[in-house]
Amino acid sequence: MSDNPQSPTALPNKPSQAWAQRLKGARQFLISFVILFLVWELAVHAFDVKSYLLPAPSLIWQEFSGRWRYVLDNTWVTTSEILVGYLIAIAVSVPLAVFVAYFPTMERTIYPIIVFLQIVPKIAIAPLFIIWFGFGFTPKILLVFLLSFFPIVVSSIAGFKSIDEETMELAKSTGASSWMIFRKIRLPHAMPAIFTGLKVAAALSSTAAVVAEFVASDKGLGYLLLRYNGDIETPMVFATIMVLSIVGLVVYYAVEYIEKISIPWHVSQRSDTSRFDVSS
Amino acid sequence: MYEVPDAPGTSSPGGSPDGTEISIAINNVGKIFQSDNKETIALDGVDLSIKRHEFVAIVGPSGCGKSTLMRLIAGLTFPTSGSVAVDHVVVDQAITNLGIVFQKPVLLEWRNVLNNVLLQVEMRGLNPKDFEDRAHELLRSVGLSDFANSYPYELSGGMQQRAGIVRALIHDPPLLMMDEPFGALDALTREQMRIDLEELWLATKKTVLFITHSIDEAVLLADRVVVMSPRPGKIETIIDINLERPRGLAARKYPEFEKAVDRITEIFLAKGVLHGGRNRAKPV
Ligand SMILES: Nc1ncnc2c1ncn2[C@@H]1O[C@H](COP(=O)(O)OP(=O)(O)OP(=O)(O)O)[C@@H](O)[C@H]1O
Ligand SMILES: [Mg+2]
Repeated sequence: MSDNPQSPTALPNKPSQAWAQRLKGARQFLISFVILFLVWELAVHAFDVKSYLLPAPSLIWQEFSGRWRYVLDNTWVTTSEILVGYLIAIAVSVPLAVFVAYFPTMERTIYPIIVFLQIVPKIAIAPLFIIWFGFGFTPKILLVFLLSFFPIVVSSIAGFKSIDEETMELAKSTGASSWMIFRKIRLPHAMPAIFTGLKVAAALSSTAAVVAEFVASDKGLGYLLLRYNGDIETPMVFATIMVLSIVGLVVYYAVEYIEKISIPWHVSQRSDTSRFDVSS
Repeated sequence: MYEVPDAPGTSSPGGSPDGTEISIAINNVGKIFQSDNKETIALDGVDLSIKRHEFVAIVGPSGCGKSTLMRLIAGLTFPTSGSVAVDHVVVDQAITNLGIVFQKPVLLEWRNVLNNVLLQVEMRGLNPKDFEDRAHELLRSVGLSDFANSYPYELSGGMQQRAGIVRALIHDPPLLMMDEPFGALDALTREQMRIDLEELWLATKKTVLFITHSIDEAVLLADRVVVMSPRPGKIETIIDINLERPRGLAARKYPEFEKAVDRITEIFLAKGVLHGGRNRAKPV
């Protein structure tokens, strides 16, 4: 099957090859970024663009390196809002999904409410949260929670419910307890769907934190953005956006990494589609 | 072929201790599926009793209710009318002293072949470690020894089906129910698996309910062949097969084999399940 010497991807399961593959990907990623920044830098100088409109990367870096500590402190504020809100969302929505999936009455009563609430634009509620919970940490966490909650709960419910009849019949014929069936069949079966929700939620959660900070706060990256924007410190606005993007990326890839190690068997995680490829 | 270690803590082959053996009594069973505005009569007035250690095959065209009948016996669904009893106990919940081979392979995609097989014992609260040797032996006997660590997606349909068969045997159940277990196999493997199954049955005397589309296979394996017809699904005839055992490869040549196959074919012709070529002595 893999007797084709020209195809090193025939057995990508070997760890060394997987790493080589990944490193290669990272290098290409870096190269394209370097090129982007170079073109940006040159274009700004060539067309003499005003720095308050579009600062050159070198200027952004210069401004940032003078104030990185301050930015970092605020980054930590936003990151903790994201993490706390996100983790609470997981802790609430996955068990709720289990209840909805297991109890038909829950499905009839709670599920329609969830679907309805999902349509409400959550971000529009942010100002209300300030009235209810004031200026601090709480309204930010709540908004992160709210935006993360729905994608996780909806896809988890789908995951827990989508088991095929025969698998359940097999489980029943062993006389296993519901707990055993949950642990060995339902939960692992639902994992890919849960992770789909987790990734959507991860992408939304940083947006939620920044929006909450926009509405009212005196720290965090959202606050910084507004302040630098007001002062027309465009290089720092760019720096903050970049830091924020990095935070979002790290959260997203952390989730994706956990997905990779917890459900390596799933179709979405198989890097080796060439495995059964006999064409040469 | 199936010289495998006994399943720990279960009955030894040959003579099961009392109480672990099975007899099945199906009494005037009807099964109607109701969906929205449609009513499907899957089974109507089915009577069948299966003795301990008996090998019963069911043949019938698609949709005649074979799988439904198997589910009724296993307590995975319940009759609309009539009753099903296993070991003189009315089936009102899933029975557990059995092994089922489903029409689909039904493997968990996150477990490799070995662990899919061992799921059967894990779910029964037994220690999978104790069954590993037996699992490997059974996998070897169905030609899967090199695939114990493979995941289902790495297997062909026929290989998945064989893994499902091993899972149904791992705990050495007194009752074995197989729903077209050889459906996805090539003709040669199918022949071999049939011969192996007969040997296994001769050695362990399980009660076997074997569903198939193949008239030959039913006649070659069973003590009795239940012939079913569709819409509504019911039993046309039950035919005793008095071929000596082991039947192995030779039995196809015996006149008794041909006679039984012809009789079943005639029934399907008469019922309009088979048609055309009425003058042919028997179908291929
Ligand atoms: N869960 C169900 N809901 C509604 N109808 C069903 C259900 N299960 C089976 N049926 C119907 O009952 C009839 C018998 O189905 P069954 O699966 O028992 O047939 P079968 O003999 O096993 O067919 P095949 O050989 O194709 O597997 C069919 O008409 C089918 O549509
Ligand atoms: Mg069927």
